[in-house]
Amino acid sequence: MKRSITILAAMAALALPAAAGTLDDVRARGVLNCGANGQLPGFGLPDAQGNWTGFDVDYCRAYAATIFNDPSKVKFVALTAKDRFTALQSGDVDVLARNTTWTSSRETQLGLHAAGATYYDGQGFIIRKVLKVNSALELSDASVCVQQGTTTELNLADYFRANRMKLKSVTFAQLDEALKAYDSGRCDAYTTDGSGLYGVRPKLAKPDDHVVLPEIISKEPLSPFVRQGDDQWFNIVRWVHFVMLNAEELNINKSNVDEQLKSDNPEIKRLLGTEQNYGEQFGLTKDWAYRVIKQVGNYAEVFDRNLGQGSQLKITRGLNALWTKGGIQYGPPVR
Amino acid sequence: MARERTGPPRAALLDEPKFRGIVYQILLCLLIALAAAAVVRNVTENLARNRITSGFGFLDQTAGFDISQTLIDYSVQTSTYGRAFWVGLLNTLLIAGLGIVLATVWGFVIGIARLSRNWLVANVARGYVELIRNIPLLLQLLFWYNAVLKALPEMRESIVFGGAVLNNRGLFLPQPNFGPGTGLVALAFVIGIASALGLRLAAKRRLERTGQTIPVFGSSLALVIGLPVIAFLLAGAEVRLIHPELGRFNVRGGVEILPEFGALLFGLVVYTAAFIAEVVRAGLLSVSRGQTEAAAALGLRRRQILNLIVIPQAKRVIIPPLTNQYLNLTKNSSLAVAIGYPDFVQIFTGTVLNQTGQAVEVVVITLAVYLALSLTTSAAMNWYNARVAYVGR
Repeated sequence: MKRSITILAAMAALALPAAAGTLDDVRARGVLNCGANGQLPGFGLPDAQGNWTGFDVDYCRAYAATIFNDPSKVKFVALTAKDRFTALQSGDVDVLARNTTWTSSRETQLGLHAAGATYYDGQGFIIRKVLKVNSALELSDASVCVQQGTTTELNLADYFRANRMKLKSVTFAQLDEALKAYDSGRCDAYTTDGSGLYGVRPKLAKPDDHVVLPEIISKEPLSPFVRQGDDQWFNIVRWVHFVMLNAEELNINKSNVDEQLKSDNPEIKRLLGTEQNYGEQFGLTKDWAYRVIKQVGNYAEVFDRNLGQGSQLKITRGLNALWTKGGIQYGPPVR
Repeated sequence: MARERTGPPRAALLDEPKFRGIVYQILLCLLIALAAAAVVRNVTENLARNRITSGFGFLDQTAGFDISQTLIDYSVQTSTYGRAFWVGLLNTLLIAGLGIVLATVWGFVIGIARLSRNWLVANVARGYVELIRNIPLLLQLLFWYNAVLKALPEMRESIVFGGAVLNNRGLFLPQPNFGPGTGLVALAFVIGIASALGLRLAAKRRLERTGQTIPVFGSSLALVIGLPVIAFLLAGAEVRLIHPELGRFNVRGGVEILPEFGALLFGLVVYTAAFIAEVVRAGLLSVSRGQTEAAAALGLRRRQILNLIVIPQAKRVIIPPLTNQYLNLTKNSSLAVAIGYPDFVQIFTGTVLNQTGQAVEVVVITLAVYLALSLTTSAAMNWYNARVAYVGR
């Protein structure tokens, strides 16, 4: 019921005349409205005190840092997979940073733009060890719990169909409900993005009784999304990610960024705004990148803190390593 | 020559209350129509400006997602969103139809129990009503779903009885696979019901004409059950049961009843029955004691008093609020989203909305469907209500 009301409210907003200039709106409001997950450890989850943490959450903090010089000026809106696009379309949130896969139809049909893959993911399965399944190809006839309104739901059907296996899916609106059903034995397997599997595993009653299968059955480039028709805002969201990547590549991090201000390296000078004024070209300030790095960190720091070795999930960088280290994360130059 | 006027002097047209009333109503309608047109225009323009696809073309596109319970053929490969619409609608109709029947029966039982002279029965029924109707339905559904799942055994420890299999994947019943005589048996069944109804009508006519009663229950039962059995034997008594079998992960074959379906149906029936019980109790209490006493004085038996005097009068009080409960049950069935039953809302405003992104169209269709369901239910109940209404003579 609550969800229907969210959608109805969003539709009501569509019935009103629209406004443009997201950056101006955000500045005037004094706070950034960020659509986040709310249930997924590692990407977006509020703790008992209401403090949000996660990889996507840190991106929203980075946008706030560069706009307001204050990463706390973010209002997080927890969205389910199926409400997220309506919330963004209707202007309830300024940016959607909610482990959302970048696909063509989301750009052509929904009037949205993906600002760039912040995390390269792929869909996988988790299953009970006692079933002695070693490969996803042995899953014919298995019941699979899945969250509704995701690319996951379609990939699952595709994969079973392509491999001529019989699928029995059980679909839930909320991640927690799907996971609870899996945990209570309603399904043999649970499927979501690989990172999500690591994220939900600690939520299971006996995490060690479950194993993640080796197959990755899809490409899931996760990206923040913005509305089409506001190129200035699109650029900001897109380039904050590149700032973090370039900072990692240039070895600039939270703790050394102040020293790096004195650096003679022209690339660093351009990035940190000690030379030229690239930030102002975005409608931001000269120190736009400094703010992001100082207050949130570079890509490696954000990754490690939320997903990597500094977190409970211990996900390896894999595809998300910098291009210089065998991955495919690549920040175009700031110049 | 001056025109002569008959009757009272006519006021100017604008001063006439009737005419002014009509003008106001037309103006109001125009205003509402204008506002509606403005909303439609704004939505269309905003959608176009925001480059969001609109229109109903998506209904013909391939859906490509799996649905756990389908009453009609649905294939991931070829079925469209339009097909998914019907799958969801039928799933909702199934739960609403069964729910209404079961909740009515159970509600009548509880309602009558509340009026029982037995202290224990009356108070147990009262406790049931107070407990159930004061807890939000969503919580009850989550409770039943999780209770059902926790209570049921795992696949490898399935309970097998008489060819049926029960585990936490659902209840699997043997599926009858009839031989060539199926049509004959069905025909005999229909003839049996028709002739039983005819018999009842004839008995009623005779009662009205001559005052004689004919017992029809036994012969009706013989017709309804006997005819199909004879037809079945004549056709060669050929029927095979397809027994569900345990596979590696799941049960194969047989009729499958999902735990989500069971929990939703059970939850809705238990909840709605508590309200129906109160409606029934109010209806029975509304028939004054004098009626019962008068009937007893005429020499009617207890059962006749209930069937001929009390229930027909109580119906008039019961039916309108009962309609409300039926509507509530149908609408509440959309809480299925919480426990994974693929009802209309789950499939359509859930997956279809998200895959197509066409929120406006999908939500408008959904609203229209629930409106149609509710209006149909109340039309049927109003028709029935008119039939049992008191006719002034």
